[in-house]
Amino acid sequence: MPGVLASVATFTIEGVDSREVAVEVDVRRGLPAFTLVGLPDRAIREARERVRAALLNSGLDFPMQRLTVNLAPAHVRKAGPGFDLAIAVGVLAATGQVPREPLASCALYGELSLAGALRPGRGALAVALGAREAGYPRLAVPPADAGEAALVEEVEVLPIEDLRGMAQLLRGDRAPPRASPRRPRSPGAAARLDLADVRGQEDAKRALEIAAAGGHNMLMVGPPGAGKTMLARRLPGILPPPSFEEALEITRIRGVAGLGGGGLVAERPFRAPHHTTSPQGLTGGSSTPRPGEVTLAHRGVLFLDELAEFARPALDALRQPLEEGSVHITRGQRSIEFPARAMVVAATNPCPCGRPADRCTCEALLLARYARRLSGPLLDRIDLVCRLGPVAPLELVRDAHAAGSSRRVRDRVIAARGRQRERLAGTGALCNGDMDGRLTRRAVPVDAALRSRLSSLPEPALLSGRGHDRVLRVARTIADLDGHARIAERDLDEALAYRVGGMAVAA
Amino acid sequence: MIDACDSCLRRAFLVARLAPRIAGLLQRPRPRPQSLLALSEEQLIAAVVGVPDPGIQDWLESFDAEGARARLRAAESWAICAHASRYPAGLSQLTDPPAVLFGKGRFECLEQLGREPAVTLVGTRRPSAYGSEVAYALGRGLGAAGLMVVSGLALGIDGLTHQGCVEAGGTPVAVLAGGPDRPYPHRHRWLYELVRSRGAILSELPPGRRAFRWSFPARNRIMAGLAEMTIVVEAAEPSGSLITAEFARDLGRIVGAVPGRVTTRVAAGSNRLLQDGAAVVTGAEDVLDQLYGVGCRPLPSPDEPQGDRLRTVLMAVEECSDPAQIAGRAGLDAAEARAALGRLESEGWIARDSLGGYERRAR
Repeated sequence: MPGVLASVATFTIEGVDSREVAVEVDVRRGLPAFTLVGLPDRAIREARERVRAALLNSGLDFPMQRLTVNLAPAHVRKAGPGFDLAIAVGVLAATGQVPREPLASCALYGELSLAGALRPGRGALAVALGAREAGYPRLAVPPADAGEAALVEEVEVLPIEDLRGMAQLLRGDRAPPRASPRRPRSPGAAARLDLADVRGQEDAKRALEIAAAGGHNMLMVGPPGAGKTMLARRLPGILPPPSFEEALEITRIRGVAGLGGGGLVAERPFRAPHHTTSPQGLTGGSSTPRPGEVTLAHRGVLFLDELAEFARPALDALRQPLEEGSVHITRGQRSIEFPARAMVVAATNPCPCGRPADRCTCEALLLARYARRLSGPLLDRIDLVCRLGPVAPLELVRDAHAAGSSRRVRDRVIAARGRQRERLAGTGALCNGDMDGRLTRRAVPVDAALRSRLSSLPEPALLSGRGHDRVLRVARTIADLDGHARIAERDLDEALAYRVGGMAVAA
Repeated sequence: MIDACDSCLRRAFLVARLAPRIAGLLQRPRPRPQSLLALSEEQLIAAVVGVPDPGIQDWLESFDAEGARARLRAAESWAICAHASRYPAGLSQLTDPPAVLFGKGRFECLEQLGREPAVTLVGTRRPSAYGSEVAYALGRGLGAAGLMVVSGLALGIDGLTHQGCVEAGGTPVAVLAGGPDRPYPHRHRWLYELVRSRGAILSELPPGRRAFRWSFPARNRIMAGLAEMTIVVEAAEPSGSLITAEFARDLGRIVGAVPGRVTTRVAAGSNRLLQDGAAVVTGAEDVLDQLYGVGCRPLPSPDEPQGDRLRTVLMAVEECSDPAQIAGRAGLDAAEARAALGRLESEGWIARDSLGGYERRAR
């Protein structure tokens, strides 16, 4: 005997993407039962209790019949709890409490409370993007998530208060509300941090400006209290504001990680994972892969404070993502890709005791060991090194306006980036820091004067092939900041002074 | 180059053959093989082996000097015996000079040893940052002044001295406790290669022999014997460096020490030397004054970089190492100071440590 069948579209989060899932509900006569199949996780299996209570508390019927819910495609593992709304509406449609036709053009996503209200979930933007991909013109989501989901203009996003409202809407008793995209009105916290707050350290500020202008990774070396963290926190504020596409990427990642604010995130992220963070914490992972710190810092800044204290495996795990700009995680039969295009700013004490150079009492052997811990895999990815000394009292009282404030620095950075974009158009790279070795040699011509300077460097300054490229990239950025079409000798000199390495005077 | 008579070679190889048994014989800690190595061949065998040993006696009688020379040549090692004219005169004053000095590297260094005074620099394997800096600077200064710098290739002070000397283009001499083809410590293999190519590696033991506990103080007497002056940079109490200083004093050579912090244990021994009347060494200039008389031989004056700005920044580097402080001293903004630092470094005036601090280099 044929049962009554309904199918509702919803989405499951996979990495930073969403994947369409059809919720099929079959109702037939028999002993009352509620079966859920199709590789649901625990949160989805528990949806049965929430759906039953929510339906009954909303004044709707829950059938005393044999109820089977299938989540298709059956081979994909699904993670809840965003399936509640789809399952509940499927039950309503299968029992004839709402018409089925509107469901063909409307996808549903949301978690139910026992009272029938919709609770905010995570990954609304990813779901909306999935709906656009799958060709659904309408998407029903909890009201708190609607502002985020509505950023996808091609999809009409319906903010739904509760299950009763959803039923009324499907029956046509109520005009569908339409959510509008939510954009931030006031600048975020990062914009309120100004470089002028950091007294002195002009050398480090200059390095920070170069790093920002070229998208170069940098390392700050200095004693505690020198202002390393303060400076790093001000980096997002001097980077160019994210474009709309970049902002969408940032919002999507934050949403998937459950950190979304229900609207567009229009500032670059700043992530500062603690040095005890595990490799999985940095790159992402666990059985249902969640984004790691490097993905959360996508299009923003990943700040690694106390670099020497990070475990070697954690830093090793970061190397490949930083090189490729993405993380690949394979779990079972699925492979998931997370974006990971972040600028790395690392900071470290110059020595284990952390005192300024003239009062340091560390033994040479200990210093050598400490330096070796740093010279690991990550240093390969660092373009600039700067050293911060203790701030002289004189500089602490000097007029703050003497320093370049963030806005002025940002204007210079934006101008420099503009020059880079023009030069690198069509190469896939956006800034000098994105260039690989081959692109560097192609996009940064070395004239005779520069070549002779580079080849006349004495032994300890002798540059390896990779170091050579890095110096050229930084020199190119300095030239971009100064508005030089060609790298001047002075630009090269400055780049050489910021390069990684040099001779370690240690036993 | 092998300039060694049969009897000296036999004596040297006998010591090498008995080396493991000497190790078992001498009571620990701090063995002094001085009296043992002064013994004649028969007495040495009797003292080390005890009961008459026909094996050793047979080996001694059938010693093949030509074969030994061939093996030395195969090991690309040179050898010079106490009877040769080029044998360092300073060593002959020892009560127990090594019969043969085995070596690798530039043989000319031995001739230079006869002409120019050499200086031995020794110290702890675990120096403070201050000690490291002084050892490096002394090695550099003495190397630049054209003196041969003798040390033991050990970690810490010894290695830094060699590095400084190599950096300045001087002639380093390393005296090893094992054979001259055995870089010890292993971690200083790279430095061994540098010293071998720029100067000489010397040893009392023939190639292929490992170092023994007793051969370190034995090596110290050679270091003391080679040099006109022995300087202790940082040494705890007791230590091998103090043994070297004692050998030097017994030979009537000048002993100097670098004043260390009174609060660090690693400088206790060297400060004690100063109390006992050792010469105070605060730089290469003091060493030249001791060797040649005050002011008789000034340090070669360094030339200067082109341009006022570079000269100003270079002067600032001598006073501080942080780029920000350097910029402040030189009165330049950060970008200009960095550009000047990059130029100075690429021209070889200054060097940067692995963490971004600058210091001036001897040219």
